Amino acid sequence: MDGSSEKAPAPRNVLIVGVGGQGVILVSKVLALICQRQGLEVKQSEVHGMAKRGGGVFSHVRFGPKVWSPTIPQGEADVLLAMEWSEGLRWLNHMRRDGGTFIADTRRIIPPFAFRSRKHGSQSAYSSQAPREVMEMVGSGYALDASKIAADLGEKRAANTVLLGVLSMALEFPVEDWREVIAETVPAKALEVNRLAFEAGRDWVETTRAIPLAERLKDLPGREAEAETLAPVDIRFEITAEWCKGCDICVKMCPERCLRLNDRLVAELTDAQACTGCRICEWLCPDFAIRVQRVPVLEPVA
Amino acid sequence: MDAKARIREQDDTDDAGAARAALDTVATRPMIGNEAIARGAWEAGVKVAAAYPGTPSTEIMEFVGIFPAGDIKAQWSTNEKVAMDVAIGASFAGVRAMTAMKHVGLNVASDPLMSQAYIGVNGGLVIVVCDDPGIHSSQNEQDTRMFARFAQVPVLEPSDAQEALDYTRWAFEISERFDTPVIVRSTTRLSHTRSPVTTGPRVAREPLGFNEDPVKNVIIPAHARLAHPRVLEREAKLAAYFDDPEFTRWEEGDTSVGVITVSTSYAYVKEVLPDAATLKLASSYPLALDRIRAFCDSVDRVFVVEELEPVIETALHAAGIAAEGKAWFPRVGEFSPENVREGFRKAGVLEAVAAPEPWAVTPTMRPPVLCSGCPHTTSYMAVRAVEGRVAGDIGCYTLAAVDPLKAIDTCVSMGSSIGNAVGLYKAGQETRPIIATIGDSTFLHGGIPPLIDAVYNNANITVMILDNHIVAMTGGQDHPGTGKTLRGDETHRIDFEEMVRACGVKSVRTVDSYDVASVYQALREAIEYRGVAVVISNRPCVLDPVKLKGSPLQVRADGCTACQSCMNLGCPSLGWSDEMLDGFHKITIDESSCIGCTLCAQICPSDCIRPVAN
Repeated sequence: MDGSSEKAPAPRNVLIVGVGGQGVILVSKVLALICQRQGLEVKQSEVHGMAKRGGGVFSHVRFGPKVWSPTIPQGEADVLLAMEWSEGLRWLNHMRRDGGTFIADTRRIIPPFAFRSRKHGSQSAYSSQAPREVMEMVGSGYALDASKIAADLGEKRAANTVLLGVLSMALEFPVEDWREVIAETVPAKALEVNRLAFEAGRDWVETTRAIPLAERLKDLPGREAEAETLAPVDIRFEITAEWCKGCDICVKMCPERCLRLNDRLVAELTDAQACTGCRICEWLCPDFAIRVQRVPVLEPVA
Repeated sequence: MDAKARIREQDDTDDAGAARAALDTVATRPMIGNEAIARGAWEAGVKVAAAYPGTPSTEIMEFVGIFPAGDIKAQWSTNEKVAMDVAIGASFAGVRAMTAMKHVGLNVASDPLMSQAYIGVNGGLVIVVCDDPGIHSSQNEQDTRMFARFAQVPVLEPSDAQEALDYTRWAFEISERFDTPVIVRSTTRLSHTRSPVTTGPRVAREPLGFNEDPVKNVIIPAHARLAHPRVLEREAKLAAYFDDPEFTRWEEGDTSVGVITVSTSYAYVKEVLPDAATLKLASSYPLALDRIRAFCDSVDRVFVVEELEPVIETALHAAGIAAEGKAWFPRVGEFSPENVREGFRKAGVLEAVAAPEPWAVTPTMRPPVLCSGCPHTTSYMAVRAVEGRVAGDIGCYTLAAVDPLKAIDTCVSMGSSIGNAVGLYKAGQETRPIIATIGDSTFLHGGIPPLIDAVYNNANITVMILDNHIVAMTGGQDHPGTGKTLRGDETHRIDFEEMVRACGVKSVRTVDSYDVASVYQALREAIEYRGVAVVISNRPCVLDPVKLKGSPLQVRADGCTACQSCMNLGCPSLGWSDEMLDGFHKITIDESSCIGCTLCAQICPSDCIRPVAN
């Protein structure tokens, strides 16, 4: 049986992704309203609950003469609109390989989770894939700093509307409908800046389209230069037991919680692996009893 | 859709007549499933509706609250059982009544449901239960259809927002016609998907009056023995009733494969197999077996496509009908076009399509976190500092179970923390101080009986009530501790200290969640206390009812020793700057998101976090 022989034309799929608080749902509502004006059936699916807690947020918008599934099957998003760089990467494979359009804000929102490893010399665990290499891999689409474009207009918060301007160039709806729906949706006092932001998004696409991809790639941020690799060190926690009076300050203040008072009420390291060698215990000890040393690990000579 | 904004809008409408006319207008507009359910209830003439918030069901009662108070009495109840009892009471009074809850809420409310299944109804009684396949925001993915079968009450399962409205209205008809409570089952995907809905007018209902029939209404053993056979007769009558083209819809198609499906699974089947003969059920219990059998006889191969448990499939096998289902489609998680398509491929119905090699991408892990300035943060810093054995509970604060706070040892269900703490103490194995942490609304929901139990049974435990003045996790709903009703009216406010003392607790102390030293001190003293000690950590949620934003803080980089102490807060406004000290990143604060709670400044050992200079 051939599952693809539908009578009605297949629906168009726009996947909008970002981080809680960025306005993913608002952007998808604008799109849904525009689709409705065209007399199309629209399904818009999102998941509430964790959205406000800094987690990833996504909204599936599907429209056409008839829409069944509320979610977009993997590999079938005609447009992937990412309001945050790494969220775009997370959903990249949801995009259609033949003719899908990737629109990504290069803005990076780094979650606390990325700072978990605090070892000597650690770097943040934010995705290392930079716009230049990803756009080269995808081969088409747009990566832009919408926040900067919006900030240049005097209102950083209008970045969403810049992205709507870009999105409007990727869909075939009349531009007047976009303008009207945006005017109906944004607060009256922000109308002018949002109007400008929408046009700025469109203009940006006009300008960018004229430039060959290879040229465009050069202007995109590349992978950040690898941070200088620090020589490996051994951390040594030393305590002069006679000087320690068991005041507990180091134990309570240790950021890695790897100190304790032993049964003689002398501070000791409980987990040498957890200690990062930050030296806060050394600096806070009122009795100068603690010394933290970082001893370079010497490579054996061949 | 901001339901609360619309409640306020409604209140501001002077011209009640115009509002009324607008409500009655038949129109088509997009709604999420939850709004459609609320609308369906209003159109059905519901008079009383009660709920306790719970994702993904919360918006139902918020939307009910938009309708005029003269039409529907809508309320937040203290928990799902109370909400169910309120709805049952209204049904006894002869009006139509509804309660709404998430799937695990039905566990709490199941006691009255099981009785009411025997008692039946006077005014129509509908229980809306929203399941959470895929566990987006829950502790499990139990299948409410099993509960319907267990309680022997019919369950209606809409597949889109239009059906959500239609089925809710219809559920009241069934309830009254067959003298039974009716479950309307939604799922996260239906509750939170917006699609076009055509609305209708409200049908005003004459109250039936109280039915003076103790044999029916008082479910003592002698009466229950009479009721049980009626329940079985009802099951058979309902099965016959569902044997109707409208409820068990036979869509002709390619007869090499026949698909029996229900709820949103129907949409996925139509997406991936639009040409197959399809039998779309409105209900998984009870089943119209005659019609199902006729359908199965008309096709070569029968598949049952149902999310979660094989409820229909098992019933078909029991009836001797050969059908394939869970051999191909997953029993865990949420359905999607992908996994339904994959199931048909594995079954040999669809041909495998070579998928392109996926792009190699390395996105950043982004689990949900406590907000910048969340008042729960200090409480969990403190319980970590005292190395407590921490029984947690349900709410935003469950997020403190993961790095970097990592301060919760157990989490079971609404209100479990205090009872769990009593058990941990009674087991006599624990050398650490035993601490139960529970939110304000969760405490009112299910924390009071176990607190009394703790006092009664002389448990030596500490209870921290994290009072942030709202039901935060579900998006900011009122509860008896906020002093406001669902419709925003002022009402009696529960005083937590008074409540705790009334339970017999002698050691009670309220502290400011933003005063780190006081929280630590109060917790230490509570642990020293022999017996039940309660610490109430008190500060409003930073998001609801109003989004708080104070003057932001900044790090003086020359003073920062890169010790990472502040990073233990897990605050999303704190991050690494590019500047390093001896191989460690110094800290920087994102001014746009920092609300100025000062927690990081209070714990900074080098005192280098200060207000942004104006």
